[in-house]
Amino acid sequence: MANADCIVIQGSNMAECHPVGFQWVTEAKARGARVIHVDPRFTRTTAVADKHVPIRAGSDIVLLGALINRILSEGLHFAEYVRAYTNAANLICEEYIDAEDLEGLFSGYDPTTNAYDNSTWSYRTDEDGRPLTDPTLEDPGCVFQILKRHYARYTPELVEESCGISPEDFEYLLRSVTENSGRERTTCFAYAVGWTQHTLGAQFIRTASILQLLLGNMGRPGGGIMALRGHATIQGSTDIPTLFNLLPGYLPMPKAGTHDTLDDFIAAVGTPETHKGFWAKGRAYAVSLLKAWWGEAATEENDWAYDYLPRLTGAHGTYQTAVRMLDGGVDGYFLLGQNPAVGSANGRMQRMAMSHLKWLVVRDFSLIESATWWKSGPEIETGELRTEDIDTEVFFLPAANHTEKAGSFTQTQRLVQWRHKAVNPPGEAQSELEFFFELGNRVRELLRDSDDPRDRPLLDLTWDYPLDEDGEIDAEAVLKEINGFHVGGGRDGEPLSAFTEMADDGTTAGGCWIYAGVYAGSRNMAARRKPGREQDETAAEWAWAWPANRRILYNRASADPDGRPWSERKKLVWWDEEAGRWVGGDVPDFPVDRAPSSRSATVFGGPAHLDGDDPFIMQADGKGWLFAPSGMVDGPLPTHYEPQESTFPNPLYAQQNSPSRLTLPREDNLSAAGAGSPGSDAYPYVFTTYRLTEHHTAGGMSRWLPYLSELQPEMFCEVSPELAEEVGLEPYGWATLVSPRAAIEARVLVTRRMTPLTIGGRTVHQIGLPYHWGVGGDAAVVEGDSANDLLGITMDPNVNIQASKYVAGTVLPGRRPRGAELVDFVEKHQRNAGLTVDSGNQHETVSAEAVERSFAVGIATAESKHGGRAGDSAVGATPGRAESGRGETADAGSSGALPTEVQASEAPPSEGSAETPEELERAHDRAQPLTGPGVPSAEDMTGENPEASEPSGADKGGRDENRDRPAPEEPNRGTGSEERTEGESGEQADGAGGSGADKQEDGTDRMDEED
Amino acid sequence: MSTPTIGGDRIADTPAADESFRGLHWGAQERDRKGFFTDTSICIGCKACEVACKEWNRNPQDGTFELLGSSYDNTGGLGANTWRHVAFIEQDGERIERARESGRRLVSLGMPSIRTREPEATLASGAGCGTGACGAGAAGSGGCGGGCGCASSDSPPRGEGIPPTTATVGGEADTGLGGPLGGLLEGGGSGPVGLAGSLASTGLAEPSDLSGADTAPPDTPDFRWLMSSDVCKHCTHAGCLDVCPTGALFRTEFGTVVVQEDVCNGCGTCVAGCPFGVIERRDDGTINTPTQRDRKAAEMDVPNRGTANKCTLCYDRLVEGQTPACAQTCPTTSIKFGGREEMVDTARARVRELHAKGLTEARLYGANPEDGVGGTGSVFLLLDEPEVYGLPPDPRVATKDLPGMFATAGIAALGMVAAAGLAFLGGRR
Repeated sequence: MANADCIVIQGSNMAECHPVGFQWVTEAKARGARVIHVDPRFTRTTAVADKHVPIRAGSDIVLLGALINRILSEGLHFAEYVRAYTNAANLICEEYIDAEDLEGLFSGYDPTTNAYDNSTWSYRTDEDGRPLTDPTLEDPGCVFQILKRHYARYTPELVEESCGISPEDFEYLLRSVTENSGRERTTCFAYAVGWTQHTLGAQFIRTASILQLLLGNMGRPGGGIMALRGHATIQGSTDIPTLFNLLPGYLPMPKAGTHDTLDDFIAAVGTPETHKGFWAKGRAYAVSLLKAWWGEAATEENDWAYDYLPRLTGAHGTYQTAVRMLDGGVDGYFLLGQNPAVGSANGRMQRMAMSHLKWLVVRDFSLIESATWWKSGPEIETGELRTEDIDTEVFFLPAANHTEKAGSFTQTQRLVQWRHKAVNPPGEAQSELEFFFELGNRVRELLRDSDDPRDRPLLDLTWDYPLDEDGEIDAEAVLKEINGFHVGGGRDGEPLSAFTEMADDGTTAGGCWIYAGVYAGSRNMAARRKPGREQDETAAEWAWAWPANRRILYNRASADPDGRPWSERKKLVWWDEEAGRWVGGDVPDFPVDRAPSSRSATVFGGPAHLDGDDPFIMQADGKGWLFAPSGMVDGPLPTHYEPQESTFPNPLYAQQNSPSRLTLPREDNLSAAGAGSPGSDAYPYVFTTYRLTEHHTAGGMSRWLPYLSELQPEMFCEVSPELAEEVGLEPYGWATLVSPRAAIEARVLVTRRMTPLTIGGRTVHQIGLPYHWGVGGDAAVVEGDSANDLLGITMDPNVNIQASKYVAGTVLPGRRPRGAELVDFVEKHQRNAGLTVDSGNQHETVSAEAVERSFAVGIATAESKHGGRAGDSAVGATPGRAESGRGETADAGSSGALPTEVQASEAPPSEGSAETPEELERAHDRAQPLTGPGVPSAEDMTGENPEASEPSGADKGGRDENRDRPAPEEPNRGTGSEERTEGESGEQADGAGGSGADKQEDGTDRMDEED
Repeated sequence: MSTPTIGGDRIADTPAADESFRGLHWGAQERDRKGFFTDTSICIGCKACEVACKEWNRNPQDGTFELLGSSYDNTGGLGANTWRHVAFIEQDGERIERARESGRRLVSLGMPSIRTREPEATLASGAGCGTGACGAGAAGSGGCGGGCGCASSDSPPRGEGIPPTTATVGGEADTGLGGPLGGLLEGGGSGPVGLAGSLASTGLAEPSDLSGADTAPPDTPDFRWLMSSDVCKHCTHAGCLDVCPTGALFRTEFGTVVVQEDVCNGCGTCVAGCPFGVIERRDDGTINTPTQRDRKAAEMDVPNRGTANKCTLCYDRLVEGQTPACAQTCPTTSIKFGGREEMVDTARARVRELHAKGLTEARLYGANPEDGVGGTGSVFLLLDEPEVYGLPPDPRVATKDLPGMFATAGIAALGMVAAAGLAFLGGRR
């Protein structure tokens, strides 16, 4: 980011939530960059930005789409880049129907599942499966023209009406990004959960990806889209995931009935038949992973123990799991570094769900609310739960913090940084590593004599880590396993130096293919700490970045199609004709000897078939995707729909909300009625949640610490002077905030940092709510009502993250009722608004004809193309992916980026809950794991937090997009990335004791809440 | 404090060492003097400095755990336990324009393009006071007053809005330090006060008369949120140190001022001696200062109860060659640490840079060696009047007037002697 000439921070409060990473914004600014903050609130980020552009939460696609429209209509795009490196010239299936022509639906919508079949979104191909293109970009069926038409109605007038942004501010933004893009200059975008926690979150990021590809800002220094991760190693928890639908390295989790054989599974990972990028080696990655886990028990005869892998039967994300708990479908629950009683959306539902468990294990530093809800939670106070009626047995196990255990942190820029243990943990506190190792030992001991085949996976696990002098498991031994090593032969046990060494014949093992090389030469590369001042700007010897210690993904795009740098100022990697190799300041993200002029005769076949100008090497076709033939379940192009609880009609379409969003219509998860419905004025204001620098997510790491608690001691809401006047709120007095789910109280901060916006002729007031507080925790220094209790659960279908940035509600002066009266109070508001489980949950609001047409086209195309096999392929070609059904994949959110970016959150709905069978059912279909590579990030996954908006993390940066996800199917959309770490990257911790302020460092393991 | 780097002799001879402070120059210790440059224009208000400071120094938490009603600031100010404090100030467009205007005046009001010869005067007076000063007097500045007078007259430190305070504080002043002059304020690059001679030769004195230049601010906000991390100033002429009766406060080899907790008897004299209100006596359980802030402190293991406490500029870290905790943890380098002169140079360069962008509200605080405390070791770049941040516009060390007072007293004594003599003589007649 330090190399950017313009930085647009949108959907993120970077300075507050990623203060350490923000140093690079500060650096860029010192070098002359312009920094623009687009956000509903004026935050600490805004305070040091050049410009604040207030926006109505949830309207980001309108703004970004309008930028795209102006860029295309005025020819402001980087034409040479777009023509060479993106899929602008590809022709799309003739049956494709754009949302603009179908009242807001794309072709392929199935009203029975509320999901899309993406067959009509694929590339047009010739008989050989080679995509057809029109290099002139004139064909009306080519991506470039489709894009133009799709965004033609996204005008500055629409921006003013829908986002509340003046034409002057829009022009400023347009000028800033276009004048700072091109050969000589680059613009960078940074976002966090202010973009992801919407029903359209993944599409917000996609829109930015399209914009950045058009401007030629992907794969170049100072370009890209930084996905700011909110915790110390949320990126790491995505790479080696805590997500239910992924295996390490973004391999999909196999799905029952779909991936019954190893070959089915490999097809879902990636094969030469479907890819020309590095996913073609999917078999080597998968086999090496199985060898790492099951060692000698994994043989060619038993398909490398593939059947030891569990199979998914549905979605198992946080929210789906909570619903299953409520239905009595879950016996036990481990909470590690997670405080769902405070951090998850609809906190009451989470707490009630836990009361249905037989046992609950909470590993944390203190008795957080998730460990005490049964005796002092809000429902005990209201009488909804009685301690004596709760059968859940709760175990609390003390956890070691980040200074008390060794391990690695992977940050936004994919930089894996090692952390040594400073002191031994006190008392019985243990690290996660030790805890799980010991748990495994005990379980294996119990099963030692079992001859039940289902116990073989446990008993055959390689579970032989050496212990260090303190009797703790040696974290570096785990790193070595992750890195991978040779098996058998003369190099037995020798660490792999790169993932290209991975084989599919059982001669290599490796726990996470993208991390191969982090332990090359038996050296812990992540522990390298050569100061930045002793190296060049790339600082390649500071820690290690996956993959291959590459700091900027897709950096082949930093050179023109002929391999020359776009400009001297922005050069990074280029083709050295004499040497016959790619050279430069970073590890080239391209086959190092592939000449720019090289052309392959075939469409797929693995990396050997990448053309010399296919920079996006993880995409199935090597191009950046302006149009996403696959990978997104809710549309190939981002299009604006109103947030779930919006009280404004969609200015573009009859289709009010995203038709494929995941709703959870339940009595305990009511939604406000949509625009135009009776009662929609009962909750007239917009709540948007976020976090503060001083606290850590749900507070488990800050509300128990006096030094941090004193800095932000009380729950508050931020309101504009206008709203305070309208409602009668006293500065620093009390306010009661009511949503369709709950009511909480908070102190009032009246500030001009909150700006009323005029939308569609009406004034909209947004109210800011930090979500760090909770009640009932044991010995917390400070307490307060939890903002997340107000949130409902409606999710982005790509990644299952909940919408927390736009919540309908109302506010009253004074404190809330206590006890049982609180329940009555909330219900009274629900009744007044006439809420039912169907309120706000309609999926289609367009004409029946439009739905029918969309569906018919999809079915017809699917059958003709794949013989009835739906969804598939990315690029036109096909096969392979077995995926099923509809939709496919979820991919990560954002654009194609690699894993990192994604923010996915959780998962799809789970199976079965009784209450909403249909919903779940659908969800299953779509969300499924395998499919998409979605790369959700861990953070998200946990679902916890709905935090707020902006998060941010530190450095995560840039990468985002670029990586793609693995899944074969979808390539991602292009993206670029950037990441550059400079010397020590952001996360380093610095000195003095840990300050609270940077949360990043301290992150222990809690990945829960925000990401 | 037991490290080889300590210059025992220096510590021992505080009075002697002080002599070198009195002049404009640091003298032999110049290279050793360390300081902060806090650039509030890039502060993001993360408060990492506050926390890192408390952690490193094991200071007790001292907030009330209630909102203070002061934007995002809930610790209130510097005190016995909070040695770094971040202020949050929300301002509207009108106030921003006033700040910009007052800053513009600082640099454009007749700022001489070439420094005149005041250095001689300064030096002369400096020398003069060296001798004149007695005891712990901080004297130097008293003497310099005259010298600086010229600089100051040309460059009024603050804009209009501030007179009241100025008057109170600086009004009584004496010598050359008239109102305008005395402040710690400095317009910035354009006109370093005092050090003019040397600065001129390094090009720093080039004028940046912005009165007629295009200073159209970038995007002028109609609202802004200032954040600034305050800390002990480590004054050149430290009031706390001057008045300490026990010798608990001493001047370190780094030019900083530190309390020796094992010597301090908690008399509190220094509290009144600090013109910035920085040093404070830590609650010993019998009193609560300044409000009830130590409510929770009792629950922590509180060291040094009942003694005076303030920032040590992490003396214990400096002797180990480490950076102070706050500067080390600051993610945006808003808090910079280094040689004091280098800090001042950096600060001036930064002001010039901001002025060139039209941000004329930028100005320095504490860089002026002619101010009432002889310049501070902790220099700040502010974006508005000091009062806005809760800083005194024209702080004066309490002992500053000692030379004059002694002189006056001397004259009076002489007069009395004379009078007595006359009376005696007269009587005889």
